[in-house]
Amino acid sequence: MHETTSNLQQLLLGRLGWEAIPLHEPILLMTFAMVAVVGLAVVAWITKIGKWNYLWTEWFTSIDHKKIGIMYIVLALVMLMRGFADALMMRLQQAMAFGDAVGYLPPHHYDQIFTAHGVIMIFFVAMPLVVGLMNIVVPLQIGARDVAFPFLNNFSFWMTVSGAVLVMMSLFVGEFARTGWLAYPPLSGIAYSPDVGVDYYIWSLQLAGIGTLLSGINFMVTIIKMRAPGMTLMKMPVFTWTALCTNVLIVAAFPVLTAVLGLLSLDRYAGTNFFTNDFGGNAMMYVNLIWIWGHPEVYILILPLFGVFSEVVAAFSGKKLFGYASMVYATIVITILAYLVWLHHFFTMGSGASVNSFFGITTMIISIPTGAKMFNWLFTMYRGRIKFEVPMLWTMGFMFTFAIGGMTGVLLAVPPADFVLHNSLFLIAHFHNVIIGGVLFGGFAAINFWFPKAIGFKLDAFWGKVSFWFWISGFWFAFTPLYILGLMGVTRRLSHFDDPSLQIWFIIAAFGAVLILFGILAMLVQIFVSIRNREALRDHTGDPWGGRTLEWSTSSPPPPYNFAFTPRVHDLDAWSDMKKRGYVRPTKGFIAIHMPKNTAAGMVLAGLATVFGFAMIWQIWWLVITSFVVTVGAAIVHTFNNDRDYYIPAEEVARIEDARTQQLAGQA
Amino acid sequence: MSAVSHNHDDLVHGHDDHGHGHDEGMPHVTFKGYMTGFILSVILTAIPFWLVMAKVIPDNKVTVAIVLGFAVIQVLVHMVYFLHLDTTSEGGWNMLALIFTAMLLVIMFAGSLWVMYHMNANMMPVSVEDMRNMP
Repeated sequence: MHETTSNLQQLLLGRLGWEAIPLHEPILLMTFAMVAVVGLAVVAWITKIGKWNYLWTEWFTSIDHKKIGIMYIVLALVMLMRGFADALMMRLQQAMAFGDAVGYLPPHHYDQIFTAHGVIMIFFVAMPLVVGLMNIVVPLQIGARDVAFPFLNNFSFWMTVSGAVLVMMSLFVGEFARTGWLAYPPLSGIAYSPDVGVDYYIWSLQLAGIGTLLSGINFMVTIIKMRAPGMTLMKMPVFTWTALCTNVLIVAAFPVLTAVLGLLSLDRYAGTNFFTNDFGGNAMMYVNLIWIWGHPEVYILILPLFGVFSEVVAAFSGKKLFGYASMVYATIVITILAYLVWLHHFFTMGSGASVNSFFGITTMIISIPTGAKMFNWLFTMYRGRIKFEVPMLWTMGFMFTFAIGGMTGVLLAVPPADFVLHNSLFLIAHFHNVIIGGVLFGGFAAINFWFPKAIGFKLDAFWGKVSFWFWISGFWFAFTPLYILGLMGVTRRLSHFDDPSLQIWFIIAAFGAVLILFGILAMLVQIFVSIRNREALRDHTGDPWGGRTLEWSTSSPPPPYNFAFTPRVHDLDAWSDMKKRGYVRPTKGFIAIHMPKNTAAGMVLAGLATVFGFAMIWQIWWLVITSFVVTVGAAIVHTFNNDRDYYIPAEEVARIEDARTQQLAGQA
Repeated sequence: MSAVSHNHDDLVHGHDDHGHGHDEGMPHVTFKGYMTGFILSVILTAIPFWLVMAKVIPDNKVTVAIVLGFAVIQVLVHMVYFLHLDTTSEGGWNMLALIFTAMLLVIMFAGSLWVMYHMNANMMPVSVEDMRNMP
């Protein structure tokens, strides 16, 4: 009798059972309770103010690139909270667990935390931040009305959410991988990780990866095909250039990740032996392949932020960017060199002197174009009228922080030095130095810079500055000790230390993490205060910073169609050129505008894909088959939906543009 | 919608006027082109077939190398005559994308083979006999 029950359960639920719910882990239970309470409160609040319909029609089903961009950034900020909570827990554990004290996290849990921290910060914070910024800014900068494939854009966003949902679900149903953020086999193979952790890892990345790849294609086509007349490649704003190169990198690199994770899944699900220890498997091939994706990924993250810094430095120095052409060529050189350095992530795996020296030298070479960019920003500031607004503060903080991170990177590029420092906290300090100092600081600069454009009012400057100073001092307090510990030979990913003399450094690092916590809280306060004071902070001009590129020629926030008439571009920095030549906004002769229609298809497809991923993780085969068939079916059905576009009537356009005319007149 | 259309000096217009701009994006399709491609493909298939069937060259490795060479030429023939790839299609972007992709593939394949060859030589387990003969 018992036998048949368990067979039935196996058939219906696969590996899923009550034991998957971590009732025995008080920390997880507390977290779950908190998430549940906060989640219910948000749901109740939205219901109370009656905004579900608004959210559904204006946001979730929207295919407006500006709204999708904002949703991406909201996703990034929410996941930043989760990733940072993980970081705080690790800092606390490492500050406590010395000698006899074991800390409060068992190794089993600690290993999941550092894996989740890495995965979340890269895939669900940095990537949505970058893609969100491109969504908001690129079409506006090139004078387009939307991206090339608006539905696909919405679908990409929901696929990213789908991956994030799976990662979050692993907190409360089953567990996450304990392998580190790249899940090297043989540890991630079925022999050493028989539970669902690695499967959560695989499927969340595969689902989010589809979204990333599709948005890469989308933006490449948008930038190549939809630029305003007159905007030749060398008249494109630098941010758009870096976005183009990033999307080229995405399209060329992400399929490698998909393939290598596919091979790992075959090893885990189908008993193949690509990366196992026996039967001819070779785990080193996994490391090789994943870094062929992984190194370009680093540049996917940082290039758009280099674009952001270029825009911000030019706008707040009141000058045009120094060395535009060299900036473009440096970006292209980085794009190509990004594919020639991957082995520096595994110098110590044993490729020998000839291979290591080749990749060591290419790595040092790639710092040259980056250095050229740094000098371009400095020369842009030189004799400029620098306005120390919040975006500029983040940019200067970046230049200071990233330069040091870059130098420790070149240090690690020397293979003999890497043999000493690899896998140590020095490496951890280095990549946090470039990713926090580059990607996050850039993201915050961009949020402060383009917030008025996207939302319609500026962010509060005081709390922005508070946030900046907490972040940058917290960063240095948190990671300088790690450089020192790394030089002393302390390795990464440890949940317990024997030598009590090291403890003081970890306490300093934990103090730094608390400062960063205040930085994050200050940012939340900044957003809250700004919403409360939105009328005082409102941007009536559409050009609050004296911008140089086309997005500042529109109202804040821009109308759904962005531009009533497609602008004609004559020069680099099109908007400053237009202002200089006394551009007059057209006030009549409006025509109906052809626009894409909202659709729920993206959300539905991504929801079905989430179910598919969940069923694969728990090996609920009937659900796997059903959800797969339904997903493919729904995608096919959607292709027959021809009700995809509509016209904004000329009168409506005239009404919006007249309101804008009055707004501008009221300003003058 | 093609990038080329924006360079016309006509009035400023939206991006959504489908059907405009395809005049320059479409390749020039002729019967002669397809026929040339077809005949070349037949020849390029027949020669390797004959090389293998008639065992013309005694050394198998040489045969394989020659057959692969013909395959590469045939890929190019297909791209030029059937996919109409030339330096002007889509304003040169097609050719640029092809060159970039080819370059990346060479880097990835050659790099992986090179790296893995060294890894295997240095790191993979050796047999007992090899161990005995270690220097």
